[in-house]
Amino acid sequence: MQALSVKNLSKKYANGQVALKGIDLEVSEGDFFALLGQNGAGKSTTIGIISSLINKTAGQITVFGHDMDTHLDAAKLCLGVVPQEMNFNPFEKIADVVINQAGYYGIPRKIAEKRMEHYFKKLGIWEKHKQAGLRLSGGMKRRLLIARALINQPKLLILDEPTAGVDIELRHMLWQYLRELNEQGTTIILTTHYLEEAEHLCKNVAIIDHGEIIENTNMKELIARLDSQTMILDLDKPPISHLMLPDYHARMVDETTMEIKIHKTQSLNILFNELTQKGFNVTGIRNKTNRLEELFMELIAANKKSST
Amino acid sequence: MQTRSEQILIALQTILFKEIVRFMRIWTQTLLPPAITMTLYFIIFGKLIGSQINPISGYSYMQYIVPGLVMMSVMTNAYANTASSFFGAKFSRSIEEILVAPVPNYVIALGFVLGGTFRGLLVGLIIILVSLLFTHLTIHSYSIVISMGILSAMLFSLAGLINGIFARKFDDVSFIPTFVLTPLTYLGGVFYSIKQLPPVWQKISIFNPILEIVDTFRFGILGISDVNVYFGFGLVCALFVVLTIWSLVLLQKGTGLRT
Repeated sequence: MQALSVKNLSKKYANGQVALKGIDLEVSEGDFFALLGQNGAGKSTTIGIISSLINKTAGQITVFGHDMDTHLDAAKLCLGVVPQEMNFNPFEKIADVVINQAGYYGIPRKIAEKRMEHYFKKLGIWEKHKQAGLRLSGGMKRRLLIARALINQPKLLILDEPTAGVDIELRHMLWQYLRELNEQGTTIILTTHYLEEAEHLCKNVAIIDHGEIIENTNMKELIARLDSQTMILDLDKPPISHLMLPDYHARMVDETTMEIKIHKTQSLNILFNELTQKGFNVTGIRNKTNRLEELFMELIAANKKSST
Repeated sequence: MQTRSEQILIALQTILFKEIVRFMRIWTQTLLPPAITMTLYFIIFGKLIGSQINPISGYSYMQYIVPGLVMMSVMTNAYANTASSFFGAKFSRSIEEILVAPVPNYVIALGFVLGGTFRGLLVGLIIILVSLLFTHLTIHSYSIVISMGILSAMLFSLAGLINGIFARKFDDVSFIPTFVLTPLTYLGGVFYSIKQLPPVWQKISIFNPILEIVDTFRFGILGISDVNVYFGFGLVCALFVVLTIWSLVLLQKGTGLRT
């Protein structure tokens, strides 16, 4: 079953700006789906329309088979949305924020209180449940938004940049929790600017650019399309003269750090052998940028070129 | 698992409870000021100036102005509560909590309107209690007093909701109360009988709906009125229907809520 089906969705704002140009999107039940794009590409507009906060201009959306034009309430009951911006009353106790949200979904207070405690403990904000939202740190506010979106136990959870501005430890904790939710059956749609996050978590991906879907595929297939990767190698000592590696595009970043482009047909073993023969040991290796990031930039550049 | 009707009822209770908690928590800004203002009205207009004014239709000036002041407080507080609360929710974007949830538009409207109605009636009750410190009142018709009080509070709460829907900045919330409601209320027979006006102004005053509301309520308390009580009820009901339809259309279109 499709968790989300978007057909020919378009949006033209009152000021004439066309945010979406008839996009199609299918997200299967149980998927962990990344919706990627630059700022202003149309990600948040798409999420805004799905979550009923933005009026569409045309198109059709169904959530778990419920058409949002004809069965809006049934569709909404399946949804949980974590917005990009804070959108709760900062003067309210955070427990009330979540319990009231449950009330809007028709969940009795006793059940809501139990669920609130469960999600707050899971997300590490239980100690703060009697505090007003304005007293929380940025990371805690993000966790509050996630707890609020989960209170109706949605089948489809949409997260609009949930880890923006949170520290690495918390980001990893949230990744772990989102993975857990997905394993338990929750379909997740994630937008993020951290492409390593998308690569790390998501099974499928769509890239949106200037209101159009320019790529919609499996994450592994997309990554496999990458022709070459730029690696950073740490050498144990600086080369005395120019280091000759004729089969590679390489340059020294500093005395002992080498940036080298490796085509997908080239083997790292051969490169390491070559360096060993020349008397160098590789003490560290990493990608210069995330693989998905490289591909993302290539696709955006190609789309820009084709549209000009 | 709840039925859909039970879910809707829980959603309505949630909005209403949240609204009541909101204005009760800030009672020094919502309940105390009208009590102090009206006490001053009773002292200055009722006692000091009123003692030099001849009785109107057999009632002392103090007794005459009590129904008008009560109704003025009910209307302005019901209006202000809904307008400011709804706009505040828009401003903090917490209104999105309701918009993403399966809450029908009529439940959103009803929840906010009942919250405003509750505050309007509570303030009205406080003003009646305060007035008893200054004068003696006997109720002519409890049914008219209660029904007109509730209907007026709901009507102005609904008007406040529409104001809140359209408002884009805080100034927009105070514009209508300052430049429309207050003048209409002061010219709406709160402090005088329109029979005391020249004939031309009497005819013009008839077109002021607040006069009909105030005088119908006054009839309920004192048993005297310058207007037809049935017409007063009819007008309030008609306006209520018009504003209800208008507010539901606005919520359906997402005016001021969805881009």
